[in-house]
Amino acid sequence: MAYNLKEVAKKPERLTGGHRMCAGCGAPVVVRQILRALKPEDHAVIGSATGCLEVSTFLYPYTAWKDSFIHNAFENSAANISGAEAAYVAMKKRGKVKGETKFIAFGGDGGTYDIGLQSLSGAMERGHDMVYVCYDNGAYMNTGIQRSSATPKYADTTTSPAGKVIPGKLQWRKDLTGIMASHNLPYVCQTAAIGNMKDLYEKSEKALYTKGAAFMNVLAPCPRGWIYNTPDLMELNKLAVETCFWPLYEIIDGKYIVNYKPKNKLPVVDFLKKQGRFKHLFKAGNEYMIEEIQNEVDKRWEELLRLAGEEV
Amino acid sequence: MAIRERLSGNEAMAVAMKQINPDVVAAFPITPSTEVPQYFSTFVANGQVDTEFVPVESEHSAMSACIGAQAAGGRAMTATSANGLALMWECLYIASCSRLPIVLACVNRTLSGPLNIHNDHSDSMGARDSGWIQIYSENCQEAYDNMLMANKIGEHPDVLLPVMVCQDGFITSHAIENLDLVEDDKVKAFVGEYNPEEYLLNKENPIAVGPLDHFTHCFEHKRQQAQAMMNAKKVVLEVSAEFAKLTGRSYGLFEEYNAEGAEACVVVLNSTAGTAKFVADQYKAQGKKVAVLKPRLFRPFPVDEIAEALAKYKAIAIMDKAESFNAAGGPLFTDVTSALYAKSVFGPKVINYIYGLGGRDVKTDDIEVVFNKTLEIVATGKVDSVYNYLGVRE
Repeated sequence: MAYNLKEVAKKPERLTGGHRMCAGCGAPVVVRQILRALKPEDHAVIGSATGCLEVSTFLYPYTAWKDSFIHNAFENSAANISGAEAAYVAMKKRGKVKGETKFIAFGGDGGTYDIGLQSLSGAMERGHDMVYVCYDNGAYMNTGIQRSSATPKYADTTTSPAGKVIPGKLQWRKDLTGIMASHNLPYVCQTAAIGNMKDLYEKSEKALYTKGAAFMNVLAPCPRGWIYNTPDLMELNKLAVETCFWPLYEIIDGKYIVNYKPKNKLPVVDFLKKQGRFKHLFKAGNEYMIEEIQNEVDKRWEELLRLAGEEV
Repeated sequence: MAIRERLSGNEAMAVAMKQINPDVVAAFPITPSTEVPQYFSTFVANGQVDTEFVPVESEHSAMSACIGAQAAGGRAMTATSANGLALMWECLYIASCSRLPIVLACVNRTLSGPLNIHNDHSDSMGARDSGWIQIYSENCQEAYDNMLMANKIGEHPDVLLPVMVCQDGFITSHAIENLDLVEDDKVKAFVGEYNPEEYLLNKENPIAVGPLDHFTHCFEHKRQQAQAMMNAKKVVLEVSAEFAKLTGRSYGLFEEYNAEGAEACVVVLNSTAGTAKFVADQYKAQGKKVAVLKPRLFRPFPVDEIAEALAKYKAIAIMDKAESFNAAGGPLFTDVTSALYAKSVFGPKVINYIYGLGGRDVKTDDIEVVFNKTLEIVATGKVDSVYNYLGVRE
């Protein structure tokens, strides 16, 4: 059946309203769309690393999760869910659980690119039947916008502040999706909530219903860290994709597929200028920073096209 | 009929795990506990158990996976030592506060640094405040028996706490002893099915585990956790009594050896208690009476019973195979002395010996030093030094 947002949106919410995520935050939009891809009859065991998503959706004695949910610590969302999945396999063999249960581990970029990378790598390598979702907002937002290895170069964060001598973060982003592709998983993708969220939905469905370990890297803008007006969330998602700052692609059994090639690739400055964290890039004399970022975006986009066997 | 076997301490623990046949074992190699997951993965590979073995990439992930597995509704077990236990630290507290009765075989080894693979108790002693029940084992038989009892203790509805069963690395983990095994079917019946009231995999009643728990409720949850630890003592005794019926092997909160008529006593954990009992027998033959008190249950600490048992002695030496670096005495010493004080037992003179750190061998003549000192205190009523080191060059 062809994707239809109106139909998909009619599915019962599995992450209820009333949670405490900020207005204009990308994460709950992403989570809700991923959960819509679950078959209604399937149970889910969902984990989250310590972070905004966890502390805002499960404050004792309330939970926003309709499915079973577990939070353990910051760096072990993947290992935690891998254990739950192992128990499911054992208990299923012994006839102690019936029906289908799907396993999803969430983590922010801090809990995934950085402190949770080992746990993630282990769980993926072992091949548990689970999906790991990184909602990438490009910094440790929960603790107050500290730089992570997912923070874009020159972004102003509270531990890579744009000062008089050092102009924000000095390093490029880690290519986590590439690292996960190197794990030779049956399914790896990068996606974002754009347009009618078809790309995000279809990839979620594939990740959830591909047997084995699957990884999704999903862009999740943060109004506090990126500094934008909350209604601009969906526009920022779109600009990230249209500038090829955040390309949409998937790797199925090692084969790269670019899902979207902008007809008119926008300059990265269109994405940067919408965000307060890049404000200092627009001061006179800092033009080289934007140029560097553009060159890096172009280089990575071309590399991706080559990996997918597309014309550069 | 019990089965006579010759097994090392590690093998004995692994065999107990085989007989328990848990849902999940998640473990990572570290000397000297490595053999436990080695043996266990062989049982899995040969179809002797139908456990899911999760060969994680670290001990942190081992404990994290055990938490996920136990919360999901399965029985989860692991084994580790020293730095492995230290790497689990964060998750040890999360397991206990989430009230997940995971069982951990702790093969005691010196915690780095410096790097040292040999036995002392610095690893499990460091975890003594993590909310885990801790049971110590003198020999391979006790390591096996305690493993068989651990699930039943931790899973009791009045307890619901994780359990750590400790034995001495190399000294017992790699020593082969004759021991009695319980038949598989009897173990199965004794340990029983694990049917938690609430679990993640219950589709009919989804739950959420591990909340952000602010000052409005966190204190009450900690109070409940403390109550569970208080309740554990009674449950340990009940389970041990049931085990005694099954096997004829009786276990209490601690073992008192050669107590009758003794005025001096040495308090010591694990394998060194065996050496101390041997020396106690020799002394007894010479007409000198020194008792040995070997705590089995260290968490919860049996304050009332230990204070009562020790009240009758004139001199007590408490031996610690771990430092507290409090410049005053080891962890067993401070727990025993605070128990005595809290229960208004002011009679005995009490001294501490730190011994065997980094696996320094403890021989019978070392134990004699301790025995002679306690007998001297009995005779003179005088203590010249409370906090002492045994068998160290200085």
